[in-house]
Amino acid sequence: MIAIIDYGMGNLRSVFNAFQALGIEAVIADGPAGLREAAGVVLPGVGAFGDGMRNLCERGFIEELEKQVVAGGKPFLGLCLGLQLLGTRGFEHGENAGLGWIPGVVNRLVVPDALRVPHIGWNDTRFVKPDALFDGLGAAAAFYFVHSFVLVPDDPAVITGVCDYGVDFTASVRRDNICATQFHPEKSHKAGLAVLRNWAAALPKSC
Amino acid sequence: MLKKRLIPLLLLQNGLLVRSESFSIHQVLGNPIHEVERFNQWSVDELIYIDISQDDACDLRRDDHKIRGLNDPLAILDAVSRTCFMPLTWGGRIRSVAEMRERISRGADKITLNSAAVKTPDLITQGAQVFGSQAIVVSIDSRRHADGTREVFIDGGRTATGWKPDDWAREAQRLGAGEILLQSIERDGTGEGYDLELIAAVAAATSIPVIACSGVGRYEHYVDGIRAGASAVAAANIWHFKELSDRGGKRALAKGGIDIRL
Repeated sequence: MIAIIDYGMGNLRSVFNAFQALGIEAVIADGPAGLREAAGVVLPGVGAFGDGMRNLCERGFIEELEKQVVAGGKPFLGLCLGLQLLGTRGFEHGENAGLGWIPGVVNRLVVPDALRVPHIGWNDTRFVKPDALFDGLGAAAAFYFVHSFVLVPDDPAVITGVCDYGVDFTASVRRDNICATQFHPEKSHKAGLAVLRNWAAALPKSC
Repeated sequence: MLKKRLIPLLLLQNGLLVRSESFSIHQVLGNPIHEVERFNQWSVDELIYIDISQDDACDLRRDDHKIRGLNDPLAILDAVSRTCFMPLTWGGRIRSVAEMRERISRGADKITLNSAAVKTPDLITQGAQVFGSQAIVVSIDSRRHADGTREVFIDGGRTATGWKPDDWAREAQRLGAGEILLQSIERDGTGEGYDLELIAAVAAATSIPVIACSGVGRYEHYVDGIRAGASAVAAANIWHFKELSDRGGKRALAKGGIDIRL
């Protein structure tokens, strides 16, 4: 069973529906207690960085996540804002502290003049490092993005996928049990559902 | 690189899927969920659903369809998001941040504001602050006057606002909108093609993506819309009345040299 974190920011219904369609048992956790029994934790998110951190904190998730994911090694999947919140600091509507699990900053996507921001739509992600998340997808796949900010990790070795929108930016990251995508797998048809299936397939079976 | 998008726009009126002409004539097409299942199987780029009901009345013919609670647009959103593994924009009758949150938590990725954005511009900013600009689509309905000037209308095309479409689009962006959905009242349902001057003016006035809509009668019209400056091309009626409308549209765009997701 996996837990999807409800912190008032998510398109969590879509994420829940995607796992259901894949036959993977998922629950929506509206408080930290809901994370304890789960084999893996998903942090989805549509929204602004500061509100996201504030809501995670107010609902008591941060301490439990530190315990389960950082100390306990429980598999974690961040989606969109759920990737950005892994950074140390974010600059959307002022400066805010992030979770800091993947040291780096979340900046506005700066692209050549002719390109429009937010970056909305289907774009190719090149898989720059082998990752079980992308099993069966080849060297690159088109996923759906919708965002104005990007994570710039301090250590480029955590980057597993790169997307080109006039400039290359971080499309996916992994550090041990913590992985995340800037794109929305739950909104990316077959390629996206494959990512969610791959992530769930690697979870401990006993749970 | 980022691909141009091809988007079906579905109109919901009192619980039923309808087609529209000039924003005033609406014919019932049927079940609001079945179309979504079809589009999902076709793996279309994205979907926009707009509830254009003017009141809470529901159509009695809903009994013909096998989905309960069709009189509640939110129940339709629930059903749509269960079969929809693509980006979903939901609009119509959204007047508060609470109503935005309700729709996003039920599976919408973006919400669109139209009349409410003009009446309460601060709603755009509030929504962008809570959900991020990328989740706030401002929908603009333009009407071309006899002298060639264009004006933004709200309330389903019934109320003039005094705004020029490009000025209002620029202002909407400044307030925090992440995308513009651009419709043309007099082109709606005609099949004569997009209002290309309108698209060019709004695209030039903004740096956020513009979704062109209204007037598509042939797939080649999509190419014109992209060339005029749109980042995405949407249509409603053509999706209902032509076979293989996604393939056909994509093929025309590719033939026009436009980078799309095949």
